[in-house]
Amino acid sequence: MRAVHDEFHGDLMEVSMGPHHPSTHGVFRMNVVLDGERIVKLKPVFGYLHRNHEKLGEGMTWLASMPFTDRLDYLCAMTNNWAYALAVERLTGLQPPERAEYIRVVLAELTRLLNHTCLAGFLLQDTGAMGTPLMYAFREREKILDLFEALSGSRMMCNYQRFGGCRVDVSPAWLAAARKVVDAYPRFLDEFEALVTGNEIVMARTQGVGRVAPELAVAAGVTGPMLRACGVDYDIRKVDGYGLYPRFHFRVPLGDHGDTYDRYMIRVLEMRESIGILKQAIDGIPDGPILDPKAKGRGLRPPAGEAYGRIEGPKGEIGFFLVSDGTPNPSRYRVRAPSFVNLTILEDMCLGHTVADAVVILGSIDIVLGEVDR
Amino acid sequence: MTTPSLEQIRDRILAAVPAAEASLVNNPGPAAQHSLLIDRAHLVEVARFLRDDPELRLDYCSNVTGIDQPEREVVDKVRRKVPAPDGSGEREVEEKVKRIEPGFLEVVYHLFSMARKHGPVVLRVRTGDRAGDASVPSLTPVWRACEFQEREVFDLFGIVFTGHPNLRRILMWDAFVGHPMRKDYVEPDDYEWEPTPHDAVLERVKARQAVASTPEEGPTT
Repeated sequence: MRAVHDEFHGDLMEVSMGPHHPSTHGVFRMNVVLDGERIVKLKPVFGYLHRNHEKLGEGMTWLASMPFTDRLDYLCAMTNNWAYALAVERLTGLQPPERAEYIRVVLAELTRLLNHTCLAGFLLQDTGAMGTPLMYAFREREKILDLFEALSGSRMMCNYQRFGGCRVDVSPAWLAAARKVVDAYPRFLDEFEALVTGNEIVMARTQGVGRVAPELAVAAGVTGPMLRACGVDYDIRKVDGYGLYPRFHFRVPLGDHGDTYDRYMIRVLEMRESIGILKQAIDGIPDGPILDPKAKGRGLRPPAGEAYGRIEGPKGEIGFFLVSDGTPNPSRYRVRAPSFVNLTILEDMCLGHTVADAVVILGSIDIVLGEVDR
Repeated sequence: MTTPSLEQIRDRILAAVPAAEASLVNNPGPAAQHSLLIDRAHLVEVARFLRDDPELRLDYCSNVTGIDQPEREVVDKVRRKVPAPDGSGEREVEEKVKRIEPGFLEVVYHLFSMARKHGPVVLRVRTGDRAGDASVPSLTPVWRACEFQEREVFDLFGIVFTGHPNLRRILMWDAFVGHPMRKDYVEPDDYEWEPTPHDAVLERVKARQAVASTPEEGPTT
Protein backbone atom coordinates (compact mmCIF):
# COMPACT_ATOMS: atom_id res chain seq x y z
CA MET A 1 0.00 0.00 0.00
CA ARG A 2 1.29 3.44 -0.83
CA ALA A 3 1.24 6.26 1.60
CA VAL A 4 -1.26 8.98 0.90
CA HIS A 5 1.32 11.69 0.32
CA ASP A 6 2.95 9.58 -2.40
CA GLU A 7 -0.19 10.12 -4.45
CA PHE A 8 0.06 13.89 -4.29
CA HIS A 9 3.18 15.49 -5.58
CA GLY A 10 1.51 18.78 -6.27
CA ASP A 11 2.54 20.42 -3.05
CA LEU A 12 6.29 19.91 -3.48
CA MET A 13 7.91 22.98 -4.91
CA GLU A 14 11.39 23.31 -6.29
CA VAL A 15 13.04 26.65 -5.66
CA SER A 16 16.39 27.79 -6.92
CA MET A 17 17.93 30.04 -4.26
CA GLY A 18 20.69 32.00 -5.85
CA PRO A 19 23.12 32.49 -7.45
CA HIS A 20 22.24 36.14 -6.92
CA HIS A 21 20.68 36.03 -3.51
CA PRO A 22 21.71 38.39 -0.71
CA SER A 23 22.00 35.59 1.84
CA THR A 24 24.15 33.20 -0.17
CA HIS A 25 27.37 35.11 0.58
CA GLY A 26 28.43 35.26 -3.04
CA VAL A 27 27.45 33.46 -6.18
CA PHE A 28 26.19 30.25 -4.67
CA ARG A 29 22.99 28.43 -5.47
CA MET A 30 20.87 26.01 -3.50
CA ASN A 31 18.32 23.92 -5.36
CA VAL A 32 15.73 23.42 -2.67
CA VAL A 33 12.69 21.14 -2.79
CA LEU A 34 10.05 22.38 -0.40
CA ASP A 35 7.10 20.68 1.20
CA GLY A 36 5.19 23.73 2.29
CA GLU A 37 7.92 25.64 4.05
CA ARG A 38 9.98 22.59 5.05
CA ILE A 39 13.05 21.58 3.11
CA VAL A 40 12.91 17.98 1.89
CA LYS A 41 15.88 18.12 -0.44
CA LEU A 42 18.72 20.58 -0.95
CA LYS A 43 21.44 20.41 -3.55
CA PRO A 44 24.19 23.02 -3.49
CA VAL A 45 25.35 24.17 -6.90
CA PHE A 46 28.60 26.03 -7.27
CA GLY A 47 31.37 26.80 -9.68
CA TYR A 48 30.17 30.26 -10.70
CA LEU A 49 33.44 31.74 -9.52
CA HIS A 50 35.61 28.88 -10.78
CA ARG A 51 38.76 30.09 -12.49
CA ASN A 52 40.78 26.89 -12.10
CA HIS A 53 43.16 28.32 -9.57
CA GLU A 54 45.08 25.03 -9.49
CA LYS A 55 45.72 25.05 -13.21
CA LEU A 56 46.85 28.69 -12.99
CA GLY A 57 49.24 27.63 -10.24
CA GLU A 58 50.81 25.02 -12.50
CA GLY A 59 51.54 27.63 -15.12
CA MET A 60 53.32 30.04 -12.79
CA THR A 61 56.46 30.08 -10.72
CA TRP A 62 56.19 29.17 -7.05
CA LEU A 63 56.35 32.74 -5.84
CA ALA A 64 53.86 34.01 -8.42
CA SER A 65 51.11 31.90 -6.83
CA MET A 66 51.47 33.73 -3.52
CA PRO A 67 49.32 36.75 -4.44
CA PHE A 68 46.76 34.37 -5.94
CA THR A 69 46.31 32.66 -2.58
CA ASP A 70 45.08 36.02 -1.24
CA ARG A 71 42.11 35.69 -3.57
CA LEU A 72 41.03 32.28 -2.27
CA ASP A 73 39.46 33.38 0.96
CA TYR A 74 39.63 37.11 0.58
CA LEU A 75 38.94 37.72 4.26
CA CYS A 76 41.88 35.61 5.38
CA ALA A 77 44.72 36.47 3.04
CA MET A 78 47.33 36.19 5.80
CA THR A 79 46.43 32.63 6.77
CA ASN A 80 46.19 31.53 3.13
CA ASN A 81 49.67 32.97 2.59
CA TRP A 82 50.94 31.15 5.62
CA ALA A 83 49.48 27.80 4.59
CA TYR A 84 51.08 28.07 1.16
CA ALA A 85 54.40 29.25 2.58
CA LEU A 86 54.32 26.40 5.09
CA ALA A 87 53.77 23.81 2.36
CA VAL A 88 56.61 25.21 0.27
CA GLU A 89 58.86 25.30 3.34
CA ARG A 90 58.11 21.61 3.91
CA LEU A 91 58.92 20.98 0.27
CA THR A 92 62.22 22.85 0.33
CA GLY A 93 63.33 22.41 3.92
CA LEU A 94 63.45 26.15 4.66
CA GLN A 95 63.14 27.25 8.26
CA PRO A 96 61.67 30.67 9.08
CA PRO A 97 63.50 32.58 11.84
CA GLU A 98 61.89 33.05 15.21
CA ARG A 99 60.84 36.64 14.66
CA ALA A 100 59.07 35.70 11.42
CA GLU A 101 57.21 32.92 13.23
CA TYR A 102 56.06 35.42 15.83
CA ILE A 103 54.88 37.82 13.15
CA ARG A 104 52.99 34.99 11.49
CA VAL A 105 51.22 34.09 14.69
CA VAL A 106 50.27 37.74 15.29
CA LEU A 107 48.90 38.11 11.77
CA ALA A 108 47.09 34.76 11.81
CA GLU A 109 45.34 35.56 15.07
CA LEU A 110 44.43 39.06 13.85
CA THR A 111 42.95 37.35 10.79
CA ARG A 112 40.98 35.02 13.03
CA LEU A 113 39.59 37.99 14.94
CA LEU A 114 38.70 39.71 11.69
CA ASN A 115 37.05 36.65 10.15
CA HIS A 116 35.04 35.67 13.21
CA THR A 117 33.92 39.27 13.75
CA CYS A 118 32.69 39.48 10.16
CA LEU A 119 30.99 36.11 10.46
CA ALA A 120 29.13 37.14 13.59
CA GLY A 121 27.97 40.29 11.83
CA PHE A 122 26.84 38.45 8.72
CA LEU A 123 25.11 35.75 10.75
CA LEU A 124 23.09 38.41 12.53
CA GLN A 125 22.30 39.96 9.17
CA ASP A 126 21.04 36.56 8.00
CA THR A 127 18.77 36.20 10.99
CA GLY A 128 17.18 39.49 10.02
CA ALA A 129 19.03 41.94 12.25
CA MET A 130 19.65 44.27 9.36
CA GLY A 131 22.53 46.66 9.45
CA THR A 132 23.49 47.48 12.99
CA PRO A 133 25.39 44.37 14.15
CA LEU A 134 27.14 44.08 10.81
CA MET A 135 28.22 47.72 10.97
CA TYR A 136 29.52 47.23 14.51
CA ALA A 137 31.52 44.25 13.27
CA PHE A 138 32.83 46.10 10.25
CA ARG A 139 33.94 49.01 12.41
CA GLU A 140 36.25 46.63 14.30
CA ARG A 141 37.31 44.86 11.13
CA GLU A 142 38.43 48.19 9.72
CA LYS A 143 40.91 48.65 12.57
CA ILE A 144 42.56 45.32 11.76
CA LEU A 145 42.55 46.08 8.05
CA ASP A 146 44.34 49.34 8.83
CA LEU A 147 47.07 47.32 10.55
CA PHE A 148 47.35 45.02 7.53
CA GLU A 149 47.53 47.99 5.21
CA ALA A 150 50.24 49.66 7.27
CA LEU A 151 52.29 46.49 7.20
CA SER A 152 51.78 44.98 3.79
CA GLY A 153 50.47 47.88 1.73
CA SER A 154 47.14 46.28 1.07
CA ARG A 155 44.05 45.88 3.17
CA MET A 156 42.84 42.55 1.92
CA MET A 157 45.25 41.25 -0.72
CA CYS A 158 48.26 41.24 1.56
CA ASN A 159 50.74 39.00 -0.30
CA TYR A 160 52.87 39.18 2.81
CA GLN A 161 54.40 35.81 3.63
CA ARG A 162 57.44 34.51 1.83
CA PHE A 163 58.99 31.06 1.68
CA GLY A 164 61.16 30.98 4.79
CA GLY A 165 59.89 34.15 6.43
CA CYS A 166 58.04 37.39 5.79
CA ARG A 167 58.34 40.19 3.27
CA VAL A 168 58.82 43.27 5.47
CA ASP A 169 59.62 43.67 9.13
CA VAL A 170 57.18 45.05 11.66
CA SER A 171 58.14 48.31 13.35
CA PRO A 172 57.83 49.02 17.07
CA ALA A 173 55.16 51.60 16.19
CA TRP A 174 53.17 48.96 14.32
CA LEU A 175 53.41 46.57 17.25
CA ALA A 176 52.23 49.31 19.59
CA ALA A 177 49.29 50.03 17.29
CA ALA A 178 48.45 46.33 17.12
CA ARG A 179 48.61 46.07 20.89
CA LYS A 180 46.21 48.99 21.15
CA VAL A 181 43.69 47.30 18.85
CA VAL A 182 44.04 44.04 20.75
CA ASP A 183 43.62 45.73 24.13
CA ALA A 184 40.45 47.44 22.96
CA TYR A 185 38.97 44.27 21.48
CA PRO A 186 37.52 42.66 24.63
CA ARG A 187 35.46 45.80 25.16
CA PHE A 188 33.96 45.46 21.69
CA LEU A 189 33.28 41.77 22.28
CA ASP A 190 31.54 42.51 25.56
CA GLU A 191 29.42 45.14 23.87
CA PHE A 192 28.58 42.85 20.97
CA GLU A 193 27.77 39.95 23.25
CA ALA A 194 25.56 42.11 25.44
CA LEU A 195 23.54 42.89 22.35
CA VAL A 196 23.47 39.47 20.79
CA THR A 197 24.40 36.47 22.91
CA GLY A 198 21.50 36.57 25.33
CA ASN A 199 19.08 37.99 22.80
CA GLU A 200 15.79 36.12 22.81
CA ILE A 201 15.26 36.33 19.07
CA VAL A 202 18.78 35.19 18.29
CA MET A 203 18.34 32.22 20.60
CA ALA A 204 14.98 31.31 19.08
CA ARG A 205 16.38 31.49 15.57
CA THR A 206 19.60 29.58 16.21
CA GLN A 207 19.26 27.13 19.09
CA GLY A 208 18.54 23.61 17.87
CA VAL A 209 18.79 24.76 14.26
CA GLY A 210 21.11 22.87 11.94
CA ARG A 211 22.35 20.32 14.42
CA VAL A 212 25.32 18.19 13.42
CA ALA A 213 26.24 14.96 15.15
CA PRO A 214 29.95 14.73 15.97
CA GLU A 215 30.26 11.39 14.12
CA LEU A 216 28.87 12.92 10.95
CA ALA A 217 31.12 15.96 11.27
CA VAL A 218 34.25 13.81 11.60
CA ALA A 219 33.26 11.50 8.75
CA ALA A 220 32.48 14.44 6.48
CA GLY A 221 35.85 16.04 7.12
CA VAL A 222 34.36 19.16 8.68
CA THR A 223 37.03 21.28 10.34
CA GLY A 224 37.43 24.50 12.22
CA PRO A 225 34.90 26.12 14.54
CA MET A 226 32.12 24.12 12.89
CA LEU A 227 33.71 20.87 14.04
CA ARG A 228 34.51 22.11 17.51
CA ALA A 229 30.93 23.31 17.94
CA CYS A 230 29.98 19.61 17.82
CA GLY A 231 32.35 18.92 20.70
CA VAL A 232 35.20 17.31 18.78
CA ASP A 233 38.50 18.47 20.19
CA TYR A 234 40.58 18.96 17.06
CA ASP A 235 42.54 22.14 16.59
CA ILE A 236 45.50 21.90 14.21
CA ARG A 237 47.33 24.55 16.23
CA LYS A 238 47.40 22.04 19.09
CA VAL A 239 47.58 18.81 17.05
CA ASP A 240 50.35 19.73 14.61
CA GLY A 241 51.96 22.41 16.73
CA TYR A 242 53.12 24.23 13.60
CA GLY A 243 54.77 27.62 13.83
CA LEU A 244 55.34 28.52 17.45
CA TYR A 245 51.89 27.66 18.75
CA PRO A 246 53.15 25.18 21.38
CA ARG A 247 54.79 28.18 23.10
CA PHE A 248 51.55 30.02 23.64
CA HIS A 249 49.01 29.31 26.25
CA PHE A 250 45.47 29.05 24.95
CA ARG A 251 42.45 26.83 25.30
CA VAL A 252 40.30 25.24 22.61
CA PRO A 253 36.63 26.06 23.18
CA LEU A 254 34.21 23.22 22.48
CA GLY A 255 30.46 23.24 22.01
CA ASP A 256 28.10 20.49 22.91
CA HIS A 257 25.00 20.78 20.78
CA GLY A 258 26.50 21.33 17.37
CA ASP A 259 23.75 23.78 16.46
CA THR A 260 23.94 27.23 14.94
CA TYR A 261 24.04 28.94 18.32
CA ASP A 262 27.04 26.86 19.35
CA ARG A 263 28.78 27.70 16.11
CA TYR A 264 28.29 31.37 16.90
CA MET A 265 29.42 30.97 20.52
CA ILE A 266 32.53 29.00 19.57
CA ARG A 267 33.64 31.86 17.40
CA VAL A 268 33.16 34.40 20.15
CA LEU A 269 35.12 32.22 22.58
CA GLU A 270 37.85 31.62 20.01
CA MET A 271 38.19 35.36 19.57
CA ARG A 272 38.78 35.72 23.30
CA GLU A 273 41.47 33.04 23.14
CA SER A 274 43.02 34.75 20.11
CA ILE A 275 43.26 37.97 22.07
CA GLY A 276 45.24 36.06 24.70
CA ILE A 277 47.61 34.62 22.08
CA LEU A 278 48.06 38.05 20.52
CA LYS A 279 49.04 39.63 23.81
CA GLN A 280 51.60 36.91 24.46
CA ALA A 281 52.98 37.11 20.92
CA ILE A 282 53.20 40.92 20.71
CA ASP A 283 54.89 41.14 24.10
CA GLY A 284 57.29 38.28 23.46
CA ILE A 285 58.40 39.06 19.93
CA PRO A 286 62.21 38.77 19.73
CA ASP A 287 64.59 40.77 17.56
CA GLY A 288 66.32 39.17 14.65
CA PRO A 289 66.07 38.47 10.95
CA ILE A 290 62.72 37.79 9.31
CA LEU A 291 63.86 35.62 6.44
CA ASP A 292 65.79 32.38 6.22
CA PRO A 293 69.20 33.27 4.67
CA LYS A 294 68.79 30.37 2.24
CA ALA A 295 65.38 31.65 1.14
CA LYS A 296 64.82 32.35 -2.49
CA GLY A 297 61.83 34.12 -3.95
CA ARG A 298 62.32 34.38 -7.67
CA GLY A 299 63.91 31.40 -9.35
CA LEU A 300 62.97 28.98 -6.60
CA ARG A 301 63.34 25.36 -7.69
CA PRO A 302 62.36 22.99 -4.92
CA PRO A 303 63.88 19.51 -5.15
CA ALA A 304 61.66 16.86 -6.68
CA GLY A 305 59.14 15.57 -4.19
CA GLU A 306 55.80 16.41 -2.69
CA ALA A 307 54.50 17.94 0.52
CA TYR A 308 51.21 18.57 2.23
CA GLY A 309 51.15 21.56 4.56
CA ARG A 310 48.12 22.62 6.54
CA ILE A 311 47.24 25.19 9.17
CA GLU A 312 44.22 26.00 11.26
CA GLY A 313 42.63 28.77 9.26
CA PRO A 314 39.72 30.73 10.70
CA LYS A 315 37.33 28.58 8.64
CA GLY A 316 39.02 25.25 9.20
CA GLU A 317 41.90 23.30 7.79
CA ILE A 318 43.46 25.10 4.87
CA GLY A 319 46.03 22.90 3.23
CA PHE A 320 48.25 22.96 0.19
CA PHE A 321 49.41 19.80 -1.54
CA LEU A 322 52.36 20.55 -3.77
CA VAL A 323 54.30 18.33 -6.13
CA SER A 324 57.60 19.51 -7.52
CA ASP A 325 59.55 17.94 -10.34
CA GLY A 326 62.53 20.23 -9.86
CA THR A 327 61.43 22.83 -12.43
CA PRO A 328 60.55 26.47 -11.69
CA ASN A 329 56.81 25.63 -11.86
CA PRO A 330 54.85 23.29 -9.61
CA SER A 331 53.85 20.13 -11.38
CA ARG A 332 50.80 19.89 -9.14
CA TYR A 333 49.35 22.62 -6.96
CA ARG A 334 46.31 21.68 -4.93
CA VAL A 335 44.32 23.75 -2.45
CA ARG A 336 42.34 21.97 0.21
CA ALA A 337 39.73 24.61 0.93
CA PRO A 338 37.87 24.39 4.26
CA SER A 339 34.65 26.03 3.02
CA PHE A 340 34.40 23.58 0.13
CA VAL A 341 34.59 20.50 2.34
CA ASN A 342 32.42 21.99 5.09
CA LEU A 343 29.61 22.42 2.56
CA THR A 344 29.38 18.62 2.19
CA ILE A 345 26.89 18.35 5.02
CA LEU A 346 24.81 21.42 4.16
CA GLU A 347 21.90 19.23 3.06
CA ASP A 348 22.04 17.09 6.21
CA MET A 349 21.91 20.23 8.33
CA CYS A 350 19.00 21.82 6.49
CA LEU A 351 16.61 18.88 6.06
CA GLY A 352 13.39 19.42 7.98
CA HIS A 353 14.06 23.08 8.59
CA THR A 354 12.46 26.07 6.91
CA VAL A 355 13.95 28.19 4.17
CA ALA A 356 14.62 30.98 6.67
CA ASP A 357 16.59 28.50 8.79
CA ALA A 358 18.60 27.34 5.78
CA VAL A 359 19.76 30.93 5.35
CA VAL A 360 20.98 31.06 8.94
CA ILE A 361 22.60 27.61 8.70
CA LEU A 362 24.48 28.60 5.57
CA GLY A 363 25.61 31.75 7.33
CA SER A 364 26.93 29.75 10.26
CA ILE A 365 29.07 27.49 8.04
CA ASP A 366 31.06 30.56 7.06
CA ILE A 367 31.81 30.11 3.39
CA VAL A 368 33.69 32.35 1.03
CA LEU A 369 33.00 31.53 -2.58
CA GLY A 370 36.44 32.54 -3.75
CA GLU A 371 37.67 29.52 -1.84
CA VAL A 372 34.80 27.13 -2.59
CA ASP A 373 35.02 27.58 -6.34
CA ARG A 374 38.72 28.32 -6.62
CA MET B 1 50.93 10.95 19.31
CA THR B 2 53.30 9.77 16.61
CA THR B 3 52.08 8.03 13.53
CA PRO B 4 53.17 4.41 13.12
CA SER B 5 55.71 4.12 10.33
CA LEU B 6 54.46 3.35 6.87
CA GLU B 7 56.15 -0.05 6.91
CA GLN B 8 54.23 -0.96 10.03
CA ILE B 9 50.99 0.28 8.49
CA ARG B 10 51.67 -1.70 5.33
CA ASP B 11 52.33 -4.85 7.33
CA ARG B 12 49.13 -4.36 9.27
CA ILE B 13 47.20 -3.85 6.02
CA LEU B 14 48.68 -7.00 4.51
CA ALA B 15 47.84 -8.94 7.65
CA ALA B 16 44.23 -7.72 7.64
CA VAL B 17 43.60 -7.81 3.89
CA PRO B 18 45.99 -10.52 2.65
CA ALA B 19 44.96 -10.22 -0.99
CA ALA B 20 45.74 -6.50 -1.17
CA GLU B 21 48.84 -5.15 -2.83
CA ALA B 22 50.41 -2.30 -0.91
CA SER B 23 53.75 -0.83 -1.81
CA LEU B 24 55.66 2.14 -0.50
CA VAL B 25 56.15 5.13 -2.77
CA ASN B 26 59.22 7.05 -1.73
CA ASN B 27 59.10 10.84 -1.57
CA PRO B 28 62.65 12.06 -2.17
CA GLY B 29 62.09 15.65 -0.99
CA PRO B 30 62.84 17.06 2.50
CA ALA B 31 59.18 16.69 3.49
CA ALA B 32 59.65 12.90 3.50
CA GLN B 33 55.91 12.33 3.36
CA HIS B 34 56.05 8.86 1.83
CA SER B 35 52.91 7.21 0.62
CA LEU B 36 51.29 3.82 0.19
CA LEU B 37 50.19 2.66 -3.23
CA ILE B 38 47.16 0.41 -2.95
CA ASP B 39 45.74 -1.70 -5.77
CA ARG B 40 42.34 -0.74 -7.05
CA ALA B 41 40.56 -4.00 -6.31
CA HIS B 42 41.15 -3.84 -2.56
CA LEU B 43 41.14 -0.10 -1.98
CA VAL B 44 37.76 0.08 -0.25
CA GLU B 45 38.58 -2.86 1.98
CA VAL B 46 41.94 -1.32 2.93
CA ALA B 47 40.31 2.06 3.57
CA ARG B 48 37.72 0.50 5.87
CA PHE B 49 40.48 -1.26 7.74
CA LEU B 50 42.47 1.95 8.16
CA ARG B 51 39.40 3.75 9.44
CA ASP B 52 38.30 1.07 11.90
CA ASP B 53 41.59 -0.34 13.13
CA PRO B 54 41.76 0.60 16.82
CA GLU B 55 45.41 1.58 16.65
CA LEU B 56 45.28 3.64 13.47
CA ARG B 57 41.72 5.04 13.57
CA LEU B 58 42.23 7.17 10.47
CA ASP B 59 38.74 8.58 10.74
CA TYR B 60 39.39 11.84 8.94
CA CYS B 61 40.07 12.01 5.23
CA SER B 62 41.36 15.52 4.80
CA ASN B 63 42.37 15.90 1.20
CA VAL B 64 41.50 14.04 -1.98
CA THR B 65 43.16 15.05 -5.18
CA GLY B 66 44.24 13.79 -8.55
CA ILE B 67 47.57 13.81 -10.33
CA ASP B 68 47.89 13.41 -14.06
CA GLN B 69 50.87 11.41 -15.28
CA PRO B 70 50.82 11.61 -19.06
CA GLU B 71 52.71 9.04 -21.08
CA ARG B 72 56.31 10.04 -21.43
CA GLU B 73 59.34 9.03 -23.34
CA VAL B 74 62.10 7.56 -21.22
CA VAL B 75 65.62 7.12 -22.47
CA ASP B 76 67.42 4.15 -20.96
CA LYS B 77 71.13 3.67 -21.30
CA VAL B 78 71.85 0.09 -22.14
CA ARG B 79 75.31 -1.45 -22.27
CA ARG B 80 75.64 -4.10 -24.91
CA LYS B 81 78.48 -6.22 -26.22
CA VAL B 82 79.18 -6.04 -29.93
CA PRO B 83 81.89 -7.75 -31.96
CA ALA B 84 84.78 -5.40 -32.44
CA PRO B 85 85.22 -4.15 -36.04
CA ASP B 86 88.70 -5.59 -36.32
CA GLY B 87 87.38 -9.03 -35.34
CA SER B 88 89.40 -9.19 -32.13
CA GLY B 89 86.73 -10.35 -29.72
CA GLU B 90 83.98 -8.20 -28.25
CA ARG B 91 83.66 -4.64 -27.12
CA GLU B 92 81.13 -2.97 -24.89
CA VAL B 93 79.13 -0.04 -26.20
CA GLU B 94 76.56 2.13 -24.54
CA GLU B 95 73.33 2.66 -26.39
CA LYS B 96 70.38 4.86 -25.70
CA VAL B 97 67.08 3.05 -25.97
CA LYS B 98 63.87 5.01 -26.07
CA ARG B 99 60.72 3.56 -24.69
CA ILE B 100 57.27 4.95 -23.96
CA GLU B 101 56.15 4.76 -20.37
CA PRO B 102 52.36 4.53 -20.33
CA GLY B 103 50.42 7.30 -18.64
CA PHE B 104 47.96 6.97 -15.82
CA LEU B 105 45.93 9.04 -13.42
CA GLU B 106 46.51 8.91 -9.73
CA VAL B 107 44.29 9.74 -6.78
CA VAL B 108 45.97 10.84 -3.55
CA TYR B 109 44.22 10.70 -0.18
CA HIS B 110 45.60 12.44 2.92
CA LEU B 111 44.32 10.67 6.02
CA PHE B 112 44.50 11.86 9.60
CA SER B 113 43.11 10.59 12.85
CA MET B 114 40.97 12.90 14.93
CA ALA B 115 40.54 10.25 17.59
CA ARG B 116 44.24 9.57 18.07
CA LYS B 117 45.56 12.86 16.69
CA HIS B 118 48.12 11.58 14.25
CA GLY B 119 48.76 11.73 10.55
CA PRO B 120 49.15 12.24 7.71
CA VAL B 121 49.04 8.85 6.09
CA VAL B 122 49.10 9.27 2.34
CA LEU B 123 47.27 6.73 0.18
CA ARG B 124 47.62 6.56 -3.58
CA VAL B 125 45.71 4.59 -6.14
CA ARG B 126 46.29 4.50 -9.86
CA THR B 127 43.98 4.02 -12.81
CA GLY B 128 44.81 1.58 -15.59
CA ASP B 129 45.27 4.26 -18.21
CA ARG B 130 44.11 7.78 -19.05
CA ALA B 131 41.22 6.91 -21.38
CA GLY B 132 39.00 3.84 -21.21
CA ASP B 133 40.19 2.41 -17.91
CA ALA B 134 40.34 5.66 -15.91
CA SER B 135 38.34 4.42 -12.98
CA VAL B 136 38.99 3.75 -9.30
CA PRO B 137 36.57 2.71 -6.56
CA SER B 138 34.98 5.55 -4.64
CA LEU B 139 35.81 5.99 -0.97
CA THR B 140 32.73 8.10 -0.27
CA PRO B 141 31.03 5.14 1.49
CA VAL B 142 34.02 5.04 3.86
CA TRP B 143 34.59 8.77 4.39
CA ARG B 144 31.80 11.17 3.56
CA ALA B 145 34.49 13.85 3.17
CA CYS B 146 35.34 12.36 -0.22
CA GLU B 147 31.92 13.14 -1.69
CA PHE B 148 32.58 16.61 -3.08
CA GLN B 149 36.31 16.17 -3.49
CA GLU B 150 35.89 13.06 -5.62
CA ARG B 151 33.33 14.88 -7.71
CA GLU B 152 35.91 17.60 -8.20
CA VAL B 153 38.58 15.09 -9.23
CA PHE B 154 36.11 13.52 -11.66
CA ASP B 155 35.24 16.93 -13.03
CA LEU B 156 38.76 18.24 -13.51
CA PHE B 157 40.73 15.04 -14.19
CA GLY B 158 38.14 12.68 -15.62
CA ILE B 159 38.73 9.91 -13.11
CA VAL B 160 35.56 7.85 -12.74
CA PHE B 161 34.81 6.84 -9.15
CA THR B 162 32.77 3.66 -9.27
CA GLY B 163 30.25 3.45 -6.47
CA HIS B 164 30.05 7.22 -5.92
CA PRO B 165 26.46 8.16 -5.03
CA ASN B 166 26.26 11.25 -7.20
CA LEU B 167 29.12 11.54 -9.65
CA ARG B 168 28.44 14.75 -11.57
CA ARG B 169 30.51 17.73 -12.54
CA ILE B 170 30.83 20.13 -9.63
CA LEU B 171 32.88 23.16 -10.67
CA MET B 172 32.55 23.15 -14.45
CA TRP B 173 29.10 23.35 -16.01
CA ASP B 174 27.32 20.18 -17.08
CA ALA B 175 27.66 20.74 -20.82
CA PHE B 176 31.43 21.26 -20.56
CA VAL B 177 33.53 18.86 -22.59
CA GLY B 178 36.95 17.70 -21.41
CA HIS B 179 38.87 17.73 -18.15
CA PRO B 180 40.85 20.92 -17.69
CA MET B 181 43.39 19.74 -15.11
CA ARG B 182 44.84 17.16 -17.45
CA LYS B 183 48.28 18.07 -18.68
CA ASP B 184 47.29 17.66 -22.33
CA TYR B 185 44.10 19.71 -22.10
CA VAL B 186 43.87 22.33 -24.83
CA GLU B 187 41.47 25.12 -24.16
CA PRO B 188 39.01 25.95 -26.90
CA ASP B 189 39.29 29.20 -28.84
CA ASP B 190 36.01 30.49 -27.55
CA TYR B 191 34.56 29.36 -24.25
CA GLU B 192 31.49 31.49 -24.76
CA TRP B 193 30.37 29.88 -28.01
CA GLU B 194 26.90 28.49 -27.86
CA PRO B 195 24.70 27.13 -30.64
CA THR B 196 22.17 29.70 -31.82
CA PRO B 197 19.14 29.46 -34.10
CA HIS B 198 21.12 31.33 -36.74
CA ASP B 199 23.74 28.63 -37.09
CA ALA B 200 21.97 26.90 -39.97
CA VAL B 201 21.58 30.21 -41.80
CA LEU B 202 25.23 31.11 -41.25
CA GLU B 203 26.28 27.70 -42.58
CA ARG B 204 24.23 28.25 -45.76
CA VAL B 205 25.74 31.71 -46.23
CA LYS B 206 29.23 30.32 -45.79
CA ALA B 207 28.54 27.58 -48.32
CA ARG B 208 27.21 30.05 -50.87
CA GLN B 209 30.16 32.36 -50.37
CA ALA B 210 32.55 29.45 -50.83
CA VAL B 211 30.87 28.58 -54.09
CA ALA B 212 30.85 32.20 -55.23
CA SER B 213 34.55 32.60 -54.58
CA THR B 214 35.50 29.76 -56.94
CA PRO B 215 35.20 31.47 -60.34
CA GLU B 216 34.82 28.49 -62.70
CA GLU B 217 31.85 26.99 -60.82
CA GLY B 218 30.32 30.15 -59.50
CA PRO B 219 26.90 31.18 -60.64
CA THR B 220 26.76 34.05 -63.08
CA THR B 221 24.85 37.05 -61.90
